[in-house]
Amino acid sequence: MSRRFTPKVVTANRLREGDVVYLTANDLWSLHHHEAELIEDEAHAQLRLLFAASQKNLVVGAYLADAKAGPNGPEPVHFREGFRTRGPSNYNHGKQADLAHV
Amino acid sequence: MYDYTDFDESFVRARVAQFTDQVERRLDGSLSEDEFRPLRLMNGLYLQLHAYMLRVAIPYGTLSPAKLRQLAWIADTYDKGYGHFTTRQNIQFNWPKLPDVPAILSALADVGMHAIQTSGNCVRNVTADHFAGAAADEVADPRPYAELLRQWSTDHPEFQFLPRKFKIAITGASADRAVTAAHDIGLRIVRNEAGETGFQVLVGGGLGRTPMVGMVVRDFLPEADLLPYVEAVLSIYNVIGRRDNKYKARIKITLHETGKPEITRMIEERFAELRPLFGGADQALFRDIQAAFAPPVFREAPVAAFDAAYKADPAFRAFVDTNVAPHRHPDHAIVTISLKAHGETPGDATSDQMRLVADLAERHGHGDIRVSHEQNLILPHVHKSDLPALHAALKSAGLATANVGLLSDIIACPGMDYCSLATARSIPVAQEIAQRFKELDLEHEIGPLKLKISGCINACGHHHVGHIGILGLDRAGVENYQITLGGDGTADMVIGDKTGPGFAYDQVTGAVERILRAYLALREAPEETFLQAFRRVGMEPFKTALYGEGERDAA
Repeated sequence: MSRRFTPKVVTANRLREGDVVYLTANDLWSLHHHEAELIEDEAHAQLRLLFAASQKNLVVGAYLADAKAGPNGPEPVHFREGFRTRGPSNYNHGKQADLAHV
Repeated sequence: MYDYTDFDESFVRARVAQFTDQVERRLDGSLSEDEFRPLRLMNGLYLQLHAYMLRVAIPYGTLSPAKLRQLAWIADTYDKGYGHFTTRQNIQFNWPKLPDVPAILSALADVGMHAIQTSGNCVRNVTADHFAGAAADEVADPRPYAELLRQWSTDHPEFQFLPRKFKIAITGASADRAVTAAHDIGLRIVRNEAGETGFQVLVGGGLGRTPMVGMVVRDFLPEADLLPYVEAVLSIYNVIGRRDNKYKARIKITLHETGKPEITRMIEERFAELRPLFGGADQALFRDIQAAFAPPVFREAPVAAFDAAYKADPAFRAFVDTNVAPHRHPDHAIVTISLKAHGETPGDATSDQMRLVADLAERHGHGDIRVSHEQNLILPHVHKSDLPALHAALKSAGLATANVGLLSDIIACPGMDYCSLATARSIPVAQEIAQRFKELDLEHEIGPLKLKISGCINACGHHHVGHIGILGLDRAGVENYQITLGGDGTADMVIGDKTGPGFAYDQVTGAVERILRAYLALREAPEETFLQAFRRVGMEPFKTALYGEGERDAA
């Protein structure tokens, strides 16, 4: 018996900078969670993860993270993934600072 | 202070050159991440939630002004202007970029520092009492032994791939400030009846998933036998330690499963084989090392300025009462600089603060700086007449918080704000608790209290040995915090007991407040500390304070 597949995004860290990135539908790595491809099919998820793993000079540690559809694109489900979209809570560092003026 | 020999220097430089080449090959694609990962970990480079993290060892927690200034320079040049001091006397940089790491390691090598063996299944940074060489209650300075162990364990070919990581701590004082019973090997310097120096040896302590208090395997190990004996322990562990299950791979499990009598017998047998092989070279080396740790020449001068300021200035008096400890020389003092300003991140120091502490160590402290496992900085040798000026300078930089040993002197691991292993945040929990009790103005009334927070079961925040311990967990996708009471990290280490069901992120501070209000109501006198009161009354009154009378079973 297989459990129902919950939607996913492919996420990783950039090799050089370590920044959190998300795989988009057109094979790019975005800093924005909402630009990620929301994957609703398990077989497609495995293919996208294989693609991510082949990008070894760009990203490290790619994995599938639960996500859900939102008005502006995919949103994280788990709080850990929420933190990864922002940065630490003790300083205005990471994405919350780097992307604030973009 | 020990300075690198040519041998140390060339070893560290060679490692920097190797890693520089490895990073280049990773960036150009010649190395895969699977190939590169163990290489970067051997050099202290982790990949965390938001960025890389470089963990730099501060052996036995001892820093010189030049080293601390270089850390400040690295923080400004390659990071975000600060560093995080950890519970294992390391400093972590949270934002280095991979192409910059070789330059950072090179800058560390310039001041005799490195990040070697700050990760991986090897002997990690050897930690020591942060008051070493200064404490009034000390038998002998543990740092020369720690340095001997550092040299012996660094790149030791037999012990680079142990079943699991291996931590050694050493203290030379009767009050155990190095949590030795929570280490794979804990060493306590003692004297026997003949007045000879040696060690009480503890093995198999540890926190984490399966917390255990270290067991004494030798009551008195002569000091000359230190390396062969430690090597015997490692050697036995390397052979019989479990490699089939990561969670059962630490020596504490080996000890538990093998039994103390049997493992002690094996260690002694191996020790008998190894001892003749050392041939005295280690002792010759030790004598050279020991000479490098000769105490400074203490100034003889009146302390009237101190007495006058203590009488006249309440802020100075509060600082002295909490942050200053007795020195072996009666006119001197040990000053703890709190990195726990209320609402700030425990253990973080800005580059400006690092430079100021370096300056003050030069001006008032014989150029000696320590890092404690409690995530504070220490100037171990300050003449009392210099304390008023020192306090004023610290105050100007936000470093004069008078809270050492009090509630807000919280140990907190980086938690899920940085660490990829974490299951919940710990830093903001610490920040909120400290802020709340500052607003309530209660922490001086509460008195001595160790509050320790870990963001996962691995217990980097030592929550098991906190008088109040907080463990952050992920319960069905929500942060949840388990509270333990009655832990104690001193010589007679005790693992705290769980109060009951955990608390949501926004309920933790309130829970801590209820515990401490219950304590204030039930203590027999202001002199009865929280820990003493807990030992007297047990868990029940605190359970009632947390969960109410009738609802406990349902909770």
